[in-house]
Amino acid sequence: MTLWMWLLLSCLLAYAWKLLGYLVPASVLRDPRMSRIAGTMTIGLLASLTIVNTVASGQTLALDARLGALTAAGIALVFRAPFLVVVLAGAGAAAGLRLLGWG
Amino acid sequence: MKLLQSPAVRVGLSISIATGLYGVSFGALSVTSGLDFWQTMALSLLLFSGGSQFAFIGVVAGGGSGVAAMGAATLLGMRNGIYGMQVNALLQPKGWLRFAAAHVTIDESTATSTGQTDPSEQKRGFWTAGLGIFVLWNLFTAVGALAGAALGDPKQWGLDGAAVAAFLGLLWPRLKGGEPVAIAVVCALATVLAVPFVPAGVPILVAAVVAAAIGWFSHGRSDEGLEPDMDPYAEHPHQPARPSGEAS
Repeated sequence: MTLWMWLLLSCLLAYAWKLLGYLVPASVLRDPRMSRIAGTMTIGLLASLTIVNTVASGQTLALDARLGALTAAGIALVFRAPFLVVVLAGAGAAAGLRLLGWG
Repeated sequence: MKLLQSPAVRVGLSISIATGLYGVSFGALSVTSGLDFWQTMALSLLLFSGGSQFAFIGVVAGGGSGVAAMGAATLLGMRNGIYGMQVNALLQPKGWLRFAAAHVTIDESTATSTGQTDPSEQKRGFWTAGLGIFVLWNLFTAVGALAGAALGDPKQWGLDGAAVAAFLGLLWPRLKGGEPVAIAVVCALATVLAVPFVPAGVPILVAAVVAAAIGWFSHGRSDEGLEPDMDPYAEHPHQPARPSGEAS
């Protein structure tokens, strides 16, 4: 039940961000610092989510099959594979490594 | 039929299909992260912003609390506010349209719109991509959620690896040049260092603070990191590029 609460609150806040853009005066847009922070935070959060899903296991760090998934996804991206292929490469690498008995 | 001759509508439709399809991966990962079918659908219908949705389930999957999941999703949604200002300046929607426009203001609809120069094409591009992605994203989220629930042990299928790949795929288009790469590396390092010391989910918020500080104190491109997950004009190089540093 509490997960529902945080989830719905997240939805509300996401909409609030979007709507805020339509309601603030255009002069705020001329402050490049806000847009700069939105950008650096997007990069930082996505980098953080990538690494946390790769090496974190609760509060401990673990090197396992997910490292193979990261590598496979990176290779797929270098070859400009579409998003779904990248995701499948990650899943395939993790599943394959586990079949081989690692992680 | 005349509508299909509009370049913005054609770009909007193709980006709708490409983006909508990866709703499958969101739906499948969401149910294997521990959310149920309707929680998954609520995220796609109501939150409707791919990066934030993946962030929410990514934190939950890692054992993070609901409030940490909300924090990550909300901070990642800040850029939609910047997009809202850009789209508002271009389209100037009035009345209830403004509230509808806000809901479909995401990476791809904004990029489709700002990639056009003619005001009516900007409008067509925004609405085609925004509504098209909304419909297909939700449809494919449902497909993915039903498929994911039928899969059984998610680890056996490497779905935790799929999540890693999804985040890297979202990050990748934003790593243009040395500076964004440096920001990503610093934030990844801060995350890893924080993992043993704070509860699950919180390391992501630590990285957000580091990233915000970098943005506040450094002077770089003001649109850095604001590239769309999928570039609507990647296959239409004759189209004008998105205006960079949109600040006027």
